[in-house]
Amino acid sequence: MLDNSAQVFFLSWEHIWIVGLSLLIATPIGVPLGILITRHEQFASRVLGGANILMTVPSIALFGLMLPILSVFDMGLGKVPAVIALVLYSQLPIIRNTYTAIRNVPPSLVDAARGMGMDKWKRLREVEIPLATPVIIAGLRTAAVMNIGIAAIAAYIGSGGLGVYIQQGIERVYPEMILSGAILVSILAVIVDGAMAALEKAVTPEGIKVQRRLMR
Amino acid sequence: MNRLLGKLNRLIIASIILIAGVTAERTGLIEYLSDPYEYPVLFELFLQHLYIVTVSMTFATIIGIVAGIILTRQRFRRYAGVCMYIIGLGQTIPSLAVLALAMSFLGIGTRPAIFALTIYSILPIARNTLAGITAVPASLIDAGRGMGMPPLRILMEVEIPNAMQVILTGFRVALIINIGTAALSYVIGAGGLGDLIFTGISLMQTEKLLAGAIPVTLLALTADFLSELLGLLLVSKGLRLSD
Repeated sequence: MLDNSAQVFFLSWEHIWIVGLSLLIATPIGVPLGILITRHEQFASRVLGGANILMTVPSIALFGLMLPILSVFDMGLGKVPAVIALVLYSQLPIIRNTYTAIRNVPPSLVDAARGMGMDKWKRLREVEIPLATPVIIAGLRTAAVMNIGIAAIAAYIGSGGLGVYIQQGIERVYPEMILSGAILVSILAVIVDGAMAALEKAVTPEGIKVQRRLMR
Repeated sequence: MNRLLGKLNRLIIASIILIAGVTAERTGLIEYLSDPYEYPVLFELFLQHLYIVTVSMTFATIIGIVAGIILTRQRFRRYAGVCMYIIGLGQTIPSLAVLALAMSFLGIGTRPAIFALTIYSILPIARNTLAGITAVPASLIDAGRGMGMPPLRILMEVEIPNAMQVILTGFRVALIINIGTAALSYVIGAGGLGDLIFTGISLMQTEKLLAGAIPVTLLALTADFLSELLGLLLVSKGLRLSD
């Protein structure tokens, strides 16, 4: 593994890149959608149900189902289907967490903001979103960890990343390669999980932290 | 307006089915499925898949629930935090990595796959059993004790029924992950429907690919639906009303 440090670095980078890109695309879709369904409750169960169905589809089957559709545009294999699949899978945790977070903002606070003369947008921007951010980040964290695992599977459709070590290691019956792939992917997932947890803590407003300490 | 939406919905569903049908014909899926030499293979792989999932889920459910219950008993309660942490860590490990690790220690075949799937499915079940039972209100347990129930009866008649909803959610999550991961277990030689998907991808045979991917998806969706029904059966009515 040390002999191939350049390659390890490259594949890890590729892995992070795929996951990062998919989250960058998924967040601007999922968060507004989550906010939107708190405003129009009648769509909430439908949107969440739809995202839930997407989540239920096994990842390798999703790659398989997308392949014939995307191959019409000559993009059936490679990074494009991988990123699309990851974006789709990220939707459930992101939408669900945004939805519950915004709904759990105490009505008294929203009322207070209204009393201060804030309009709809200002209330959203200055009261509801800041209070909901930790939970939204928690959703992103779930999505990121899950995506690292699915990105490893995407090596089978030629997207690169650390899954390549697992795939080739299995094909060549080369245990060291499998082990290094599996361990690297796991370490990556654990590190990202930890980093996102730290981020979650960092964006929690000071007031909520005090409140939590008092609750205990 | 509502009626219009209902009609639109039906129109969309009908057109999806139509498009799916046309695509199936175009990609040769129907020809593939009606080939007398191919569908027994498909059937056999399906059964193999079902076998892997059933066996690993049976083990995982038993072990997971028992482990969860043991961890909530008074004597072991102080280890619960540590175990939660370990379970959380285990869940961040990707499924393919778990399969790969199982293969490098146990070799190829169905057994390592079942082993890996069992281990991987225990995590959500144990986690939710633990969380569910911990969340049962202390007043209910106290009431049970006041009625003179021994600890075992409190567990069977108060704690488990109240935690059932959460435990079932864990079971459902585990089952869905299990079905998807079982499709991957082809790469370590366990067979199952993943066989068709992976072969289809490497040979670029769309019909083969779809013949694997569609049943796996349907299997997962059916399992999801059935576990929801199971919830209606197992969770007591009073608890469902309070939601």
